[in-house]
Amino acid sequence: MSDLTLETSVAKVPEAAPRSPPASQIGLVGWLRTNLFSSWLNSAVTLLVAYLVIRWLIGFVEWGIVNAVWSVPNNQTQACRDLKGIGACWAVVTEKHRFILFGTYPYEEHWRPALCILLFVGLYVVSAMRRFWRKELALVWIAVLAAIGVLMWGGVLGLSYVPQERWGGLVITLILATFGLAFAFPLAILVALGRRSRLPAIKAICVLYVELIRGVPLISLLFMASVMFPLFLPEGMNIDKLLRAQIAIILFAGAYLAEVVRGGLQALSKGQYEAADALGLSYWKKTGLIILPQALRLVIPPLVNTFIGFFKDTSLVLIIGIFDLLTAGKTAIIEPAWQGFGVEVYLTVGAIYFVFCFAMSKYSQRLEAEFNRHRRR
Amino acid sequence: MSQSTTDPRAFRAPPRRPLRLSWSDERVRGIVWQVLVVGLLGAVVWWLWSNTVHNLEVRRIATGFGFLRREAGLPIAESLIEYNPTDTYLRALTVGLLNTLKVAVVGIVLATLIGTLVGIARLSRNWLLARLAAIYVEVIRDLPLLLQLLFWYAILQGLPGPRQAMQPVAGIFLSNRGLKMPWVEWQDAHSFALLAFVLGAVGTWLYRRAALQKQMQDGQPRRLWPVALGAMVALPLAVWAAFGAPWTIDWPELRGFNFRGGMTISPEYFALLLGLTLYTAGFIAEIVRAGILAVPQGQWEAAQALGLHPGQVLNRIVLPQALRVIIPPMTSQYLNITKNSSLAVAIGYQDIVSIANTTLNQTGQAIEGIAIIMLVYLTISLSISLFMNWYNARIALVER
Amino acid sequence: MQPCGLSLARACVQTLGAAVLGLGLTLTPSARAQQTPANTLDAVKARGQLVCGVNTGLAGFAQPDSQGVWRGFDAEYCRAIAAALFGDGNKVRFVPTTAQVRFTALQSGEVDVLSRNTTWTLSRDTSLGLDFAATNFYDGQGFMVKTSLGLKSAKELEGATICVQPGTTTEQNLSDWARANKVRFTPVVIERLEELTSAYVSGRCDAYTTDVSGLAAVRSAQPKPEDHSILPEVISKEPLALGVRQGDARFADIVRWTHFLLLSAEEFGITQANVDKMGNDPRPEVQRILGKNGGLGPMLGLSEDWAVKVIKAVGNYAELFDRTLTPIGIKRGPNALWNNGGLQFSPPFR
Repeated sequence: MSDLTLETSVAKVPEAAPRSPPASQIGLVGWLRTNLFSSWLNSAVTLLVAYLVIRWLIGFVEWGIVNAVWSVPNNQTQACRDLKGIGACWAVVTEKHRFILFGTYPYEEHWRPALCILLFVGLYVVSAMRRFWRKELALVWIAVLAAIGVLMWGGVLGLSYVPQERWGGLVITLILATFGLAFAFPLAILVALGRRSRLPAIKAICVLYVELIRGVPLISLLFMASVMFPLFLPEGMNIDKLLRAQIAIILFAGAYLAEVVRGGLQALSKGQYEAADALGLSYWKKTGLIILPQALRLVIPPLVNTFIGFFKDTSLVLIIGIFDLLTAGKTAIIEPAWQGFGVEVYLTVGAIYFVFCFAMSKYSQRLEAEFNRHRRR
Repeated sequence: MSQSTTDPRAFRAPPRRPLRLSWSDERVRGIVWQVLVVGLLGAVVWWLWSNTVHNLEVRRIATGFGFLRREAGLPIAESLIEYNPTDTYLRALTVGLLNTLKVAVVGIVLATLIGTLVGIARLSRNWLLARLAAIYVEVIRDLPLLLQLLFWYAILQGLPGPRQAMQPVAGIFLSNRGLKMPWVEWQDAHSFALLAFVLGAVGTWLYRRAALQKQMQDGQPRRLWPVALGAMVALPLAVWAAFGAPWTIDWPELRGFNFRGGMTISPEYFALLLGLTLYTAGFIAEIVRAGILAVPQGQWEAAQALGLHPGQVLNRIVLPQALRVIIPPMTSQYLNITKNSSLAVAIGYQDIVSIANTTLNQTGQAIEGIAIIMLVYLTISLSISLFMNWYNARIALVER
Repeated sequence: MQPCGLSLARACVQTLGAAVLGLGLTLTPSARAQQTPANTLDAVKARGQLVCGVNTGLAGFAQPDSQGVWRGFDAEYCRAIAAALFGDGNKVRFVPTTAQVRFTALQSGEVDVLSRNTTWTLSRDTSLGLDFAATNFYDGQGFMVKTSLGLKSAKELEGATICVQPGTTTEQNLSDWARANKVRFTPVVIERLEELTSAYVSGRCDAYTTDVSGLAAVRSAQPKPEDHSILPEVISKEPLALGVRQGDARFADIVRWTHFLLLSAEEFGITQANVDKMGNDPRPEVQRILGKNGGLGPMLGLSEDWAVKVIKAVGNYAELFDRTLTPIGIKRGPNALWNNGGLQFSPPFR
């Protein structure tokens, strides 16, 4: 775009000509002038973009609100079919929203996964607040994750037992992402430290692990977990499908997080290492008291970004048939009566993903800005 | 080990103590740790390996890559090379690999183009355009790629059937069988013209190098475009004309169930390409924006003060500096696009993962199938990394 | 000197330690990680529950109803085997398996028996580590098209786009048939049956090919079944069989003879309703089947009255068929008893 380059025409203005007063730079008119209509090209772009946006918006509102069907009586989707695409059939979401959120979890027990979702959100919010960044946070995590396990499985405290095959929906997405992070993070720290080790064998192993995992798509790891893993185990021993997928995600996340942590370790000035050595601290004291607290603080924004990545990537378990949010959405439209309303369901599922990811990405941006301010001082 | 410490004056290195067999000697500790780790890891690997061997034996599952030479019997919808179901698994997998490369290469080119445009638009002084680009980037990056692929595929499946196909321009048909367009019937003349174009491109590049070298000596800039025009447009046209300028267009037409003739872009390929490109473009836009912002304002001003015109400022001053920031993260995006193309399996595009998956399903040889997938991606990843590292080294700042 | 450098080693030791530990931890607490001895029969008995691999959802064969209870032909076979083992048809856990993971699930012990419309072929029997116990349904591959196309024969499919599930015998049969009949087609391959169906319904493909029974199931599930018709050609033999792990003869015997029991029960007119009264039936074979004499049950390692329990749980073959497959429009055809011109034949209970 030409507006990237600075205008150089000032010199060409004839000096003698009487000049009109400068255009207003303040107020609405001024804002419009500087931001939307600063040159003829800019004006043309503005008008074109505005036209397209407005047209699209009108179309979307017509399809999504004006002409939409919000509910239909017991699976009679004829009203929706009659629209022939000029309006959305939100009835599919009205009808199937509990299925999309909770999958095949027993219907009357839906409050349990719902509570788990709230617990997860609470856990995220607490972890995001800087005043809670203490060692005790790890305990909170362990406690909450344990509570979620109890709620989901049941079998104690008068809760009926629900086998894993019946779990589904949003809660699976949250479980895969959160447990993945909780287990991958310590692994990642150790691998990152190992990769900077001076012992050749250890360094080689860590490099091999990170590069191997980062070189292949997550899908191949998930396939491995679903069809190859059973062959690795001794005869008679077998692990649940969900757990296998979770292990694959942990291994995958570990390699990526390790690189993020390594970035933090490298960004730390050499003086910190040398000063710690000069104080005669042992390796673990040096790492635990001096290096990691600083390095981890440095990598929190990229860490959150990586987490957003995993959160989205958990949707890949669809391919090996695990019932996460996306799979549940997809399954909801398999019933013949509801076939063909994929767009509505995908928009809804997308909105759920978006809320989580957008909140996290805004948070990471704010945090980054805060850290940079601190560093600049 | 200890002989090297005989004459400390010969080396400026600190004297090395002889190896003491004590826990307080860190070298001993290091060796012990390494032996321990390698041993432990080896034990785990051996355990898994022996389990696997035992399981394969007990369950009498076939092993080895012998199946690659067996007849595959699996039909493949689109293929860059000649293929039919009587061919071997090896050939089927090759077709899959080519399909992966087809979507990855086209995706990389398109995502780079769109991403760069969006990235620049985000920096535009036009508020509306900048906001729109920002919204695009934010939304596209916060939705799972798989969801986007399914979304596009659902939209494409909702298109009318071939008999009611939409026809935006005469001869181009859009239906739930994909996009059909007229295509030139390929003849030898076209192959030679293509060859001439490639030669012309190489020639232009060589000329540019020579011209730049001359410019270094005498300071005279030389025009590139006449040479480029001649070598890359006129020469191929001349070659084509020399063959009598054959020109038959293959028009798609509805016959029987489907369109015959012309070129087809299947809904599966289209949805995958669209999803991959738009998704990755969101990330590339941010990289490009960061790269341009990383060039200090003073560089723009200084270049203008030297009297360079805007195009030259961008070309000679800003881009070379921005590229240094852009290339490394761009490499990882290119790797991502390649790895993400494996999601094809969810919407039925037959890439390497899809075909290896079917193969392991038919032969029951899971280990071999997954090994093939991993090997292919590792090789591709490594090649892209190597190429981009080489390119990065070329454009890196040469410091004295 | 490198004062602390070498102790970095600990980092990675810890890494691996953690990895191994993590793996160990994930294995140990799982009550699901059962120790199955090589002998499936003992393992299943010790567990008190049969784990049965079924389809992820195929009307008439295996599909969860709105209460999440598995219904269908294959699911009933699981109940029958459970009833033979435990005397209770509900002591079974259903594990839905896709076409891709079905064999792995069986090999690894995730499921004890595969009751999931799986075609018996030589290569599967020999190289996949499984044995086929009995063919409980004879099927063949066919084509379904939209009625509006007005097709009479599959040979008219020249140039058509055909939906087919990858990694199945269906896919290979299709290629073979197309080659033999010089029919060119474009395949659309989607792994999951449900999505493949929706691709066909949305018009992505002109024709849909799978086992005729599967086509009937899909057709019956459509809002207007008459909009789809199944073409007359049957292009392959698809004996759908019950699969068990290889080298497990005793368990295979039980699965096999449970199937034969259902056939014999139909042959001798033993039904869910009259099974108690039939104990007084004078025919010697009925006496032997129902465990009144002959001691056949213990020979299989089961109780004397196993057959009574099975028939009480699911009924005989005809009842089972009528309950699950007749409603979706599948005729007995080759699955009639041999004395009615079909292929279903039970060796004698003796």
